[in-house]
Amino acid sequence: MNPYILRVQNLTVTTGRRAHKVLRDVSFDLSPGEVHGLVGESGAGKSTIIKVVLGILPRAMKMASGHVEFEGRDLLRLPSAQLRALLGTEIALIPQDPLTALNPGRRIDAQLTDGLRLQRGLSWHDAEAKALALLDEVHIRDPKRVMRCYPHELSGGMRQRVLIAAAFALDPKLVVADEPTTALDVTVQKQILRLIRGMQERHKTAVIFVTHDLGVVAQICDTTTVLYMGKVMEQGPTDRLLSSPGHPYTTALIAANPRYDQPEMGLEPIPGAIIDALRAEIAAADQAEPRHG
Amino acid sequence: MAEASTTVEVRGETMSLGARLLSDRKVVVAGGFILFLVILAIFAPLIAPMDPLAQDLLSAELPPHGFASADPQFFLGTDDLGRDVLSRLIFGARIALTVAFVAASLAAVLGTILGLAAGWYGRWVDVVVSRFVDIWMAFPAVLLSILLVAILGSGLLSVIAAIVVIDWTRFCRVVRAETMAQAHMDYVTAARTIGFKRSVILFREILPNVVPVLIALLTLEMGIAVIVEAILSFVGLSVSSDTPTWGGMIAQGRQIAHEAWWVLTAPLVALCATVIAFNQLGDGLTRALDPVLRR
Repeated sequence: MNPYILRVQNLTVTTGRRAHKVLRDVSFDLSPGEVHGLVGESGAGKSTIIKVVLGILPRAMKMASGHVEFEGRDLLRLPSAQLRALLGTEIALIPQDPLTALNPGRRIDAQLTDGLRLQRGLSWHDAEAKALALLDEVHIRDPKRVMRCYPHELSGGMRQRVLIAAAFALDPKLVVADEPTTALDVTVQKQILRLIRGMQERHKTAVIFVTHDLGVVAQICDTTTVLYMGKVMEQGPTDRLLSSPGHPYTTALIAANPRYDQPEMGLEPIPGAIIDALRAEIAAADQAEPRHG
Repeated sequence: MAEASTTVEVRGETMSLGARLLSDRKVVVAGGFILFLVILAIFAPLIAPMDPLAQDLLSAELPPHGFASADPQFFLGTDDLGRDVLSRLIFGARIALTVAFVAASLAAVLGTILGLAAGWYGRWVDVVVSRFVDIWMAFPAVLLSILLVAILGSGLLSVIAAIVVIDWTRFCRVVRAETMAQAHMDYVTAARTIGFKRSVILFREILPNVVPVLIALLTLEMGIAVIVEAILSFVGLSVSSDTPTWGGMIAQGRQIAHEAWWVLTAPLVALCATVIAFNQLGDGLTRALDPVLRR
């Protein structure tokens, strides 16, 4: 029996005519109920990984090599009808920007019950009852009223709660969270993090958590992968990784995090020497192997 | 987790669509005027004071009410054949509105289907549709419509067909652009990750967000259709001359403009007022229906 719910192996993704590499040989495994963080700067390839997992890689990007296995099934070679059946039911997404991830022209009740009606075949009435319970579970007060609202009538935090409810609606085995707190203000961020963690524990869901914030990783992730330029820098249990980082980039990333308790330390950029060394190393590796495509 | 339970502030009160429409002055005034026209058109035989075709050469070219030598029987005066201008105006509204509603709606349906397909499926569908629209729009619209009616023969159906054949491109372009804009929104990606089919996403997620633009454009197009119909009947290519039309009245009034200016003025005013009303209604509907501009 496969101990992992998701295995990503040697994933390489390229873009453009010159096959510029967006991901370089990325691998990680996810056990059921595990929360795995993908950390890195902008352009590190975090979002590309989840696009591959969700099967929504843009046409401009190409899978050069690699496997993605979900419960032993090869996601990348699954017929589209089977992949659609899997999405929403077994794999769900919590999107980054709650302001645009809800359809502005449809009420919350319609959007929240989409998956329940389409994938589970529930009647409108049953789906609505389930949706009300879900809104209650994500601590939305007066869920009946919220159900009748259009997205623009809700605050950002509220919308993110609705999206979390939608993601957990069908009890998926894997939830992919794409920087779910980035678009929110700091006071709401913490509540949302706690909410995701709580939902994850109750539903025993595995989560891939994409973020650029190590503080968020420390709070929520069991294991973490640090990425730079599409390459895995370091991966392992989060507490080990944060307390005794094994890679200079990880050390620099931790040092770059602002410390509220010690403002006199100031803001520490990642040292240029480390970046230069990494870039040279990655460029050399790219040169060494034959180009794809 | 008690502290995680936040107070829910639902922003503002949700206004129903009807209430939002009624609170917009443009919608009320322009919509009211068009509703008034529709009633006039439907009940024209009951409302019109005279038979619009009845000639009375003894009372030809009588001025409108309030002028010297006016006959109170003819409120807006008579034309050179002694026909009642007001009654002809009311009956003329029938043709104008029929063409406006039918032609604009059919053009909208045709253009929307092609625009949605081009904007959503992209690739060769988009290339074929877009190039076709480009070529189509290169023809001068009025000349093309005159040519079409000349080929199809005059009559109400030909006028409607001509407007549909020419003006679907307008809808196609706008709907295509709007569909492409919506397709890049996160909610479409979110719908894909629920496992919706592409066609389901198009009709459930994207179409509702295209509808506000579509309705506004449809209203504008109705105004345009009224003008095109007037042009075609002005040059005598619309319905037969025994049916009163505004364009026909303008053509007729032009010849006697110096002796009886009212025969020309009355249909011009009616035409302008109708087109302005459609434009203003479209403007008001855009604001009232747009979910992003909504408060």
